[in-house]
Amino acid sequence: MSALLPLLVGLPLAGAIACAALHARVLSRRRTDPEARPGEILVGAIATGAASAAFVLALALFVRLLGLPAADRRIGASLGTWIDAGTLRVPASLLLDPLSSILALVVTGVGALIHLYSIGYMRGDPGFARYFACLNLFLASMLLLVLGANLPLTFVGWEGVGLCSYLLIGFWYGKGWPADAGLKAFVVNRVGDAGFLLGIFLLQKELGALDYASIGAAASTGKIPSATWAAALLFCGAVGKSAQIPLQVWLPDAMAGPTPVSALIHAATMVTAGVYLLARLSALFLAAPGVLLVVGIVGGATAVLAGLGALASRDLKRALACSTVSQLGLMFLGEGAGAFDAGIAHLTTHAFFKALLFLAAGSVIHALGGEQDLAKMGGLRARIPATFLCFCAGAWALSGLPPLAGFFSKDEILGGALHGGHAAILASLGFAASFLTALYSFRLVYLVFSGRENFAGSPHESPGVMLAPMRVLAALSLLGGALAWIPIADARPIAAFLAPVLGGEAAPGGGAEHVLVAALSFAVASVGFLLARRLWRDRGLAGDEGLARTALWRLAAAGGVLDAFYRGAVARGARLLAIACGVFDLFVIDGAVNGVGRAASAAGASLRALQNGKIQSYGIGIAAAAGALLLAGLLLGRG
Amino acid sequence: MDPILPLLVLLPAAGAGILALAPRARDPLRFAGIVSLLPLGLALGLFFAFEGRSAEPQFGFSVPWFRMGGVDVRFALALDGISLLLVGLTALLGPVFFFAALGPVAERRREFAIWGLLMETGMLGVFAAADLVLFYVAWEISLIPLYFVIGIWGGPGRGRATTKFVLYTVAGSLLLLLALLAVLLEGRSSDLFELARTPRLLPASIETLAFLGFALGFAVKVPLLPFHTWLPEAHVEAPTSGSVVLAGVLLKMGTYGLLRFCLPIFPRASADLAPLLLALGAGGAVYGALLAWAQRDLKKLVAYSSISHLGLVAMGLFAREPSAVSGAVLQMVNHGISTGALFLLVGVLYDRTHRRGLGDFGGVARSMPLFAFLFGLTAFASIGLPGLNGFVGEFLILSGTFSAAPVVAAVGATSVVLSAVYLLGAVRAVLFGPTPDSVAGLPDCTRRETATLLPLAGLMVLLGVCPGPLLDRIRPSVERIVARARAVAQAEPPRLERPR
Repeated sequence: MSALLPLLVGLPLAGAIACAALHARVLSRRRTDPEARPGEILVGAIATGAASAAFVLALALFVRLLGLPAADRRIGASLGTWIDAGTLRVPASLLLDPLSSILALVVTGVGALIHLYSIGYMRGDPGFARYFACLNLFLASMLLLVLGANLPLTFVGWEGVGLCSYLLIGFWYGKGWPADAGLKAFVVNRVGDAGFLLGIFLLQKELGALDYASIGAAASTGKIPSATWAAALLFCGAVGKSAQIPLQVWLPDAMAGPTPVSALIHAATMVTAGVYLLARLSALFLAAPGVLLVVGIVGGATAVLAGLGALASRDLKRALACSTVSQLGLMFLGEGAGAFDAGIAHLTTHAFFKALLFLAAGSVIHALGGEQDLAKMGGLRARIPATFLCFCAGAWALSGLPPLAGFFSKDEILGGALHGGHAAILASLGFAASFLTALYSFRLVYLVFSGRENFAGSPHESPGVMLAPMRVLAALSLLGGALAWIPIADARPIAAFLAPVLGGEAAPGGGAEHVLVAALSFAVASVGFLLARRLWRDRGLAGDEGLARTALWRLAAAGGVLDAFYRGAVARGARLLAIACGVFDLFVIDGAVNGVGRAASAAGASLRALQNGKIQSYGIGIAAAAGALLLAGLLLGRG
Repeated sequence: MDPILPLLVLLPAAGAGILALAPRARDPLRFAGIVSLLPLGLALGLFFAFEGRSAEPQFGFSVPWFRMGGVDVRFALALDGISLLLVGLTALLGPVFFFAALGPVAERRREFAIWGLLMETGMLGVFAAADLVLFYVAWEISLIPLYFVIGIWGGPGRGRATTKFVLYTVAGSLLLLLALLAVLLEGRSSDLFELARTPRLLPASIETLAFLGFALGFAVKVPLLPFHTWLPEAHVEAPTSGSVVLAGVLLKMGTYGLLRFCLPIFPRASADLAPLLLALGAGGAVYGALLAWAQRDLKKLVAYSSISHLGLVAMGLFAREPSAVSGAVLQMVNHGISTGALFLLVGVLYDRTHRRGLGDFGGVARSMPLFAFLFGLTAFASIGLPGLNGFVGEFLILSGTFSAAPVVAAVGATSVVLSAVYLLGAVRAVLFGPTPDSVAGLPDCTRRETATLLPLAGLMVLLGVCPGPLLDRIRPSVERIVARARAVAQAEPPRLERPR
């Protein structure tokens, strides 16, 4: 069975290569026929087929995993050694355990749906095959990230998804700004990745091993002296990839890519890699309680700040991007409180409803011919009813109102925050974020679908190939909460499944405490919903006016301030440093060299007669000098 | 006695001889390109025939040459794993040198071919030499042709660039020669591998001086901060082929020398001065990256990126950790492949437009998709994207250096961030965005250009996914050198404090 594991990565990789080959063929045909197009059905079928086959495979492996006793639910596969030098040995081995299995299911499942949707969304684009090659390559990288059995392999996938993100954000490269956004995403991520790398080096130095089994075992027995440093450095990587403060600035810009890309990469999967990494290294982070507190606070602060950003946004996709940052913050908040299972549970349900929201937003944007400005929407409910229903399901699930998915998984996080240490600060940040979530979710619903029609033209519903994946995701958003918590049976399937992998004790579920948390979070979300209804249902964007005067609104702009600070101070400062180095090099270092040269040539002016311009005579001179030196050396050596 | 190494080294020179005697050769460049395929074939054969578990030099060939100061100087060639890889790199870039020149070099093609072939013999000799004096002779042979390649076929500023190149080179060579004589006469041997093995060390006073002579001579060639200013000028003026070989092979002679001479022959001096070289390496990596970022000329940008990357290599060597040194050797090969390809790519643009400024281009991906793919791939290989070759070397260098000197490694790691900034910035400026009219509708890579670039691109992927065959072959040699450096350094506590 373990032979199937490499196939899980290999299938999308093969799909990517096939699509790239088809793209290359189209390009060579374009040399004679500029209008040449790829066979969209063939490309779409290959790419979606590869993604679906990977999902089926992941499902089969999941079933196989369930068949094993809970304590030994691990399927490994080894493909030999990748790097072996000195004390550093990196085997190319994959590991499927409950944690990677859940992630693999989410990645391939949501991935396959979004591939299907993309066939409709990207119809007629000249880069159709290039798009699907990148998308399949993304799946392969993401699966490698999740299935890699050691840190370096995860890092390969980690950078691979970064590459695909870069390529897909800048997919429409002819316009400058998507290319700039892709570049920004890659560079900001690289800053975090430098920390990730140093964390790997530190563990290699202290432990001499980088596989998760060894790290987990050593960390839980306290055998890593610098656990705090290692955890902090690795968290830097997570902060970059998952767009947390202070590296959150790249994600809103990343919306320059096609909307299905935003759904898959910048909402459902890649940006959750940081959450996955922390869960994978839960033992290490539990051994570094100080870092864990920082994780929780960074997550909570990000959740609140980005929630405000979502509230203040006038662009549909940007609002959803801010919402993603905020929800990722919530996941980190849960993990920071030690509730790693809650983080993963929310990761799973969030993948469903946030992908759904993005796909529905894509459908809206598609219907309006590319319009993303909330001011130019409104009243779309009757025009695109299927999209409306799907968007509502997503927003409802996101806002954390029962009985949809977000309610249950968010509950787990809030419960974990209340249960762990530092409950006061973490829980209050969590509840504040929940309130904001409900508020901005329904703001979007009302601004897009109710009130006056502010759009031009006549919107049309999207084709079935786009609606079908949305309907599946809507169903998952409706029912997915059962994965996190089934109240009647008081069962927590994900937490139970993950328990053997995650370190620390899972927060005890059920009982009066759980009901209390549920009631509180319901109340908070309801207030958010009712407020949103009052402000925006009938008045459209004018509803912002009341909020715009509050201090909170001004805080929402803080995200922009940070971005401006990076652009203005950090990027420009570094750039100035580079230019200063250039000047220094030219005038000081090279100047000194030239000065030496001039002094020498002045001294040699008297010997000008020798410079007759004939190479031969120079050669004789060089030979003579070398001979003299040899002679001198010989004499000295003898003496 | 295995005649295969002298054959490999002297084949290009023989080709040059034939060309010199046949003044009316129809297409001398093509002839030279075909001749240079022979060493490549031989080098490939040697690569697979190499016994990987041994640190002993293999395929040895040795005949007495002359006696000097009581020392037998021999015409001796042999390969250990390290020199095997560098011979392979040289043999790989040889044909690239000639085939890439087929289009751009229009005049005096016979001379160009002769200089190129002589240079190849010199470079192969440097890496295959098992004798000190032979090494030096080959070193000099390899440098003179480049002077002519830049001086005759170079750009408008070639006079100034070649002057600087020659002054630096002569100064470096002189130091090298003096240090070499000291080692020869004090060490009583001219055998490179024996000198690196003998338990008897040079007297401490001579050791430090000779080490400095070697280190300076090699530092100029690498080039290490602050001896680097000749390199960008030479690159900017050199024809594309010249840049490829200069960055791809000639600079490696410097790092190879540091590894082959400085570490094993002067272990105490290496230990004492390691902090300085670590600092110069890491500092140069960051400084070079900043300089690359400040450039507006593509060729200068790539030239400074070489300084940055080779700074990292030097840092890895003087970390004196097996993984870092292995990574440094691997990175020499990787850098040769990816920077060679970068210069070829810049040449592709220059041949079409006679421009090299970052601001002169935009949206080139539209009309040149194959070029865009190759440029993107090479840029990502160069910035160390996992799965491509640059990552493995960088990862090993930084990881090994971290265990010896964490702060130095952290400084070096910032150059990795910066490399993404300047190289992807260049990619953005050239390939993406709107297209200015002056570069609209450029034709994509020709068959010849593709033929020179594709093998390099293939190697970037192959060595990134599967570096094992290379790492296996260098492991024993690297471990022997590091073990010696450490054993001697520990036997006598170093005078300067090393970072821990």
